[in-house]
Amino acid sequence: MIRFSHVYKSYPNGALALKDVSFRVGKGEFVFLTGHSGAGKSTIMKMLYAEQQPTSGDVRVSGASVSELRPSDIPMLRRRLGIVFQDFRLLEDRTAAENIAFALEVTSARRDTIAARVMRVLTQVGLAAKGRAYPRELSGGEQQRVAIARALVNDPAIIIADEPTGNLDERATRGVFQLLRDINAAGTVVVMATHDLDLVRQAPYRSIELRDGSVVFDSAVDEAEETEVS
Amino acid sequence: MRLLTREALLSFRRAPLLSALSITTIAFSLFTVGLFGLVAINLRQALRGIEERVEIVAFVLRGTPAETITLATQDIAAFPEVQDVSYVTEEQALRRARAELVEFRDAYRDLATNPLPASIEVRLEEGSRDSKTVERVVERLRGFGFVDDVRYGRDWVQRLDQLRNVTGIVGLVIGLAFAMVAVVIIGVTIRLTILQRAREIVIMRLVGATNWFIRGPFLLEGAFKGLLGGFLSLVLCYAGYLLLRDSAGGPFAGLIFFRPEHMVVILVFGVLLGLAGSLVSVGRHLRNV
Repeated sequence: MIRFSHVYKSYPNGALALKDVSFRVGKGEFVFLTGHSGAGKSTIMKMLYAEQQPTSGDVRVSGASVSELRPSDIPMLRRRLGIVFQDFRLLEDRTAAENIAFALEVTSARRDTIAARVMRVLTQVGLAAKGRAYPRELSGGEQQRVAIARALVNDPAIIIADEPTGNLDERATRGVFQLLRDINAAGTVVVMATHDLDLVRQAPYRSIELRDGSVVFDSAVDEAEETEVS
Repeated sequence: MRLLTREALLSFRRAPLLSALSITTIAFSLFTVGLFGLVAINLRQALRGIEERVEIVAFVLRGTPAETITLATQDIAAFPEVQDVSYVTEEQALRRARAELVEFRDAYRDLATNPLPASIEVRLEEGSRDSKTVERVVERLRGFGFVDDVRYGRDWVQRLDQLRNVTGIVGLVIGLAFAMVAVVIIGVTIRLTILQRAREIVIMRLVGATNWFIRGPFLLEGAFKGLLGGFLSLVLCYAGYLLLRDSAGGPFAGLIFFRPEHMVVILVFGVLLGLAGSLVSVGRHLRNV
């Protein structure tokens, strides 16, 4: 589903954000991206949804090569992805249901199906009763659930979650994380950037650790090596 | 499409002050252009009245046979530039002089011989009253052997030409200047709307809205504001026109207003200004959001 091969990213000021990053994510995987701020997590996330291009190397997402995408193809790629952020990115002047419907409206979805699809994902994230609430009337955890519902409504193949629990208290964090696990259990790939190591430790998922733009640890690779050795 | 319109109209509700400001500035820009247009069409109307009187008079040598003159008159009438030709005999000239020059009536009454020559009066077609064409026709008239002298209001014709040219140039310059001001102002208001809606635009992009989908509402918004501004400017122009026309029955009593096609042009112009402003602004600022 995702393949990074020898990806470098340097910024015009000379800073090197990624150095020779290579990894693959297969169907149905749940992957943590960990590392300190500035380690390159966000750069990788942005490349996944074609917000940034690699300086060299190749990034493939759901079959498309990010560096070869024409600007007009980028929206089509993003419709196959669900993106979730630390700051939720909800529109304050729209209700939860309207925020979710917005993602369908701007992608020329059939209008008569929108209400049903919005209701389905609201139910899925456990907020069926709060569709008419405005973001300011919801708790942080609930707002993030709305954002996840919005990410889900286009039936994405991959969910990209950039520090989705960064702004949440522990209880809300557990709820949101469980929701992402459920989504993954239903077959959707989840890539989650986080620096919450407790979360990483308690879940049996693959984690990729970045430091100064390089992959310093990939549990999938290390496990494979261990298996080879033994 | 419905969503597009809704998004475009929403900006009016979200930023009523800003929208009102941009519509008013467009209206004032177009109002000034419109006022100038009114002056131009009224000037043209007035010029047309004056031009009607642009005449060339060829004085005929005494003793020229009547057939020669008849033939020549037919010849001249066939010039493409010529609207009509009339022959004024010596007697007619005298009679006219007596009627028109009241002060000299006595002098003309007691004449033993008629001192006035016969003449051929030529009036030109509407499009041929500029000084170059007049000069050309005059040259050809001088070519007739029986023509003694040719008179025409040379300075006058040239001045009319200059006036018309100056009007045209001034109109173009002022019109362009104001159009640019309007484009800039619309650009600024669209930019403010874009900044105001930056969050929304970012989210639209993230969920896979196409660039044209994101631009659409802004372009529609610009076009719609241009249309409203154009309409408002017409209202202002009409108010100004009524005020001038009815002011103490003065010299402006005969003023004319725009014809429907002129008004359509102003509205279309408004829409184009709005579109141009938003296109430039959207192109430049969406990239930075």
